[in-house]
Amino acid sequence: MKTEGLSTASLVKRLLLLVVGMFAFGFLLVPIYDVMCQAFGINGKTAGSVWQGQEQVDMQREVRVQFVSSNAEGMRWSFGPEDNEIMLHPGEARTVNFLAHNPTDRVMVAQAIPSVAPSRAAAFFHKTECFCFTQQVLQPGESIEMPVRFVVDPALPNDVRRLTLAYTLFDVTERMAASLDLAAVHTN
Amino acid sequence: MSAVIDNHHADHAHGPAKGPMRWILTTNHKDIGSMYLWFSFAMFLLGGTLAMVIRAELFQPGLQLVQPEFFNQMTTMHGLIMVFGAVMPAFVGLANWMVPLMIGAPDMALPRMNNFSFWLLPAAFGLLISTLFMEGGAPNFGWTFYAPLSTTYGPDSTTFFIFAIHLAGISSIMGAINIIATILNLRAPGMTLMKMPLFVWTWLITAFLLIAVMPVLAGVVTMMLMDIHFGTSFFNAAGGGDPVLFQHIFWFFGHPEVYIMILPAFGAVSMIIPAFSRKPLFGYTSMVYATGAIAFLSFSVWAHHMFTVGIPLTGELFFMYATMLIAVPTGVKVFNWATTMFRGSLTFEAPMLFAIAFVILFTIGGFSGLMLAIAPADFQYHDTYFVVAHFHYVLVPGAIFGIFASAYYWLPKWTGYMYDEVLAKTHFWMSFVGMNLAFFPMHFVGLAGMPRRIPDYNMMFANFNMVSSVGAFMFGATQLLFLFIVIKCVRGGKPAPAKPWDGAEGLEWTVPSPAPYHTFSTPPEVK
Ligand code: HEM
Ligand SMILES: [Cu+2]
Repeated sequence: MKTEGLSTASLVKRLLLLVVGMFAFGFLLVPIYDVMCQAFGINGKTAGSVWQGQEQVDMQREVRVQFVSSNAEGMRWSFGPEDNEIMLHPGEARTVNFLAHNPTDRVMVAQAIPSVAPSRAAAFFHKTECFCFTQQVLQPGESIEMPVRFVVDPALPNDVRRLTLAYTLFDVTERMAASLDLAAVHTN
Repeated sequence: MSAVIDNHHADHAHGPAKGPMRWILTTNHKDIGSMYLWFSFAMFLLGGTLAMVIRAELFQPGLQLVQPEFFNQMTTMHGLIMVFGAVMPAFVGLANWMVPLMIGAPDMALPRMNNFSFWLLPAAFGLLISTLFMEGGAPNFGWTFYAPLSTTYGPDSTTFFIFAIHLAGISSIMGAINIIATILNLRAPGMTLMKMPLFVWTWLITAFLLIAVMPVLAGVVTMMLMDIHFGTSFFNAAGGGDPVLFQHIFWFFGHPEVYIMILPAFGAVSMIIPAFSRKPLFGYTSMVYATGAIAFLSFSVWAHHMFTVGIPLTGELFFMYATMLIAVPTGVKVFNWATTMFRGSLTFEAPMLFAIAFVILFTIGGFSGLMLAIAPADFQYHDTYFVVAHFHYVLVPGAIFGIFASAYYWLPKWTGYMYDEVLAKTHFWMSFVGMNLAFFPMHFVGLAGMPRRIPDYNMMFANFNMVSSVGAFMFGATQLLFLFIVIKCVRGGKPAPAKPWDGAEGLEWTVPSPAPYHTFSTPPEVK
C-alpha cells in the first residue's frame, strides 16, 4: 500500500474543505452575478440610478422610447404608462408618468421592476428618478400618478433607434408585512 | 488509515455475515457495489416505467391517458430518477466493485462512510418517490427545476424534492471523496498513476467534478428552500432577485454533471474495446489528457443551455466557441477507440457490441450537440425535441450502454458464472433497434418545431411520434430481459474462469471468479 503523499485523513480534510468552498462559491455567484449585470448593463438591468453625465444634448439624433407595463401573477392593480411612446434626443432629460389604481378593498404594497430592451442598450438608459426606487402603498380605491425621469446617454450605439422600458408590477403586500426593511434591497 | 481497514478485516475474517444485517451493516466494497448496482437498476426500471407513460400519451396527438399536470410530473420524475437514481449510482456501484480490484487494494479507503453513502440513497429516493402520492402531486417543473416555476409556482411537495436532492448530493460527495482517497492512497506498489486502468482514471477525474459541482447544486436548492419558506428573494424579481440567476447557478452544476454521467463510461469502454480487439488501447496518455481537458473545459460552457435568455452577444460567442472546443478532446477519444479496433482481431461478445454501439451512437449525439452549440441555430432548436434527441443519444447509448457493456464484461467476475450470450445479444439488438427507433425521429420532429415537455402535438408529427413510442416500448421491454439475464447468471451457468476474456488486461482478472469476499489483503506486485 502506498503512503507517499498525504495520509488519508488529511486528504479527506482537504477534500471536505473543497466541498465547503464550492458550497460557498454557489452563494458567491449571487453577488458576482449582480455586479456583472450592473457593470455591463446586461440582462436589461439598468445601470445605477445616479447619472453624472453632462447635459449635452445630441440634437442630430432622435430615439424612440416605448413604455410597456405588465402585472405579475396575482396583482390586481390597473397599471400603465400615460404615453405609450415618446421621441427624444439623447442627453435630454424627460419625465413620463405611470398611473396605478388599487381597485381592491385592502391596503396594498407594490413594487415595480424595470427592464430595458434591447439589453445592450440598458447600460445607456439612466433613470434619475423613478417610482421603482421605492414601493408604493395604495389605500383601497386609491389612484396615483408615478413619475419616472430619465436620460438616454448620448453614447448610445448609433444603430439603436428604439428602446423599450418595461415595468412589471409585483404585489409585495405579504412580504412587506413580514419584513419591512426589504425596500433597501432594490435600488435599481 | 490502514488501522481502520485491519480492524474491519478482523471482524469479517471468515467471509460475509449471515442474514439481512450483512447488507445493512456491510463495509465490504463488493457488497456495497452490488447494492448500488441493484438499487440503480431498480431506479432504472422505475424511471423507465414513467417514460413508458410519457410515450404512451405521445403515441397519438391529443390527450388520451393522462392530464397535462400529471404528464409534467412524469417528465420531471423520469429525468430526476434517471439522472440521480439510475446513472450516477450505477457508476458509483461499478467503481466500488472494480476500482479496488483494478488497483490492487483490499477495500475502499473509507469503508464505513461507504456504507453510509449507499444507505442515504434509498432515503433520498423514498422521499422523492413519495411525492407522487402527495396532495398537489409530485414536482412538475422539469428535471432542471427552473425558478420561479419551482419556487413561486411549485407544488407543496417541492420541499421534499429539495431534501431528496440534498441527501442524494451528500451521498455523491461522500462517494467521490471515498473514491479519490482510495485511488490516491491504496494503489498496490508499482501501480503508478500512468499505469492505472482508464476506468480508474476517468473515475478519479469524475470524482473531482462531483466534489466541485454537487455542492453548487446543494447551494441552489438551498436558495430555493429559502425563497419558498424564509422570504428571501434569490430568484424572485419582486424582491430584487432574478430568475436568470437560477439558470446560471443550475447550469454551472448542470453541464459538468452531464460529463459526470459520461466520463466513467468512457473509461469502461476504453478497457472493453482493447480486450475484444486483442490490442492495447491506442493512445493511453492522450486518453488521460483528453479526459482531463474535457473535465476542465466543462466549467466554461454552461451558458450554452441559456442562449435564448438574452445574454449579450459577446457572451453568446464565448460560450459557443468554448462549447465547440470540447468537441476536440472528445474527438480525440473517438479517434483512439476507432484506431484501437483497426486491424485488431475483433470478436463481438455482448460487452463489445455495446461498446461499439457506444462509440457510433455517442458520436451522433456529439454531432447534434455541435449543432445546438451554434448559438443562432439554437434559437430554433432550443426547447424542442431536437434537444431531447441530442441528450438521449449521449445518455442512452452513451452512459447506459456503457453501463450494460461494463455489466456484461464483469458479470463473470462478480457471479462466477458466464451470462447467457444468446440472450445477451438479443438484449443488445433489441436495445439498439429500440433506442434508435425511439430517439432518431425526435431529431426530425424537433427540427420541425415540436416543443418538448408538452403532452399534445400537431397532427403533422403523428407518424414520427408513433414510431418513437413503438421504439421506446421495445427498449423498455427488453430491459426486463436484462433483469432475467442477470438473475440467471447470478444463479448459475457455465462456471467462469479467472479470466474469461482472453484479451482482457488488468489485476481484476488475477483473482478467481467469483471474486472472493476479500481480495488483495496482501497487495499484488505490479511490474
Ligand atoms: C460534443 C459534445 C457536446 C456538445 C457540443 C453539447 C451541446 C449541447 C447544447 C448546446 C445543449 C443545449 C441545447 C438547448 O437547450 O437548446 C445541450 C443540451 C444537453 N446536453 Fe449536450 N452537448 C455535448 C455533449 C453532451 C454529453 C456528453 C451529455 C451527457 C452525457 C450531454 C447532455 C446534455 C443534456 C442532458 C442536455 C439537455 C439539458 C436540458 O435542457 O434538459 N451533452 N448540449
Ligand atoms: Cu451542457
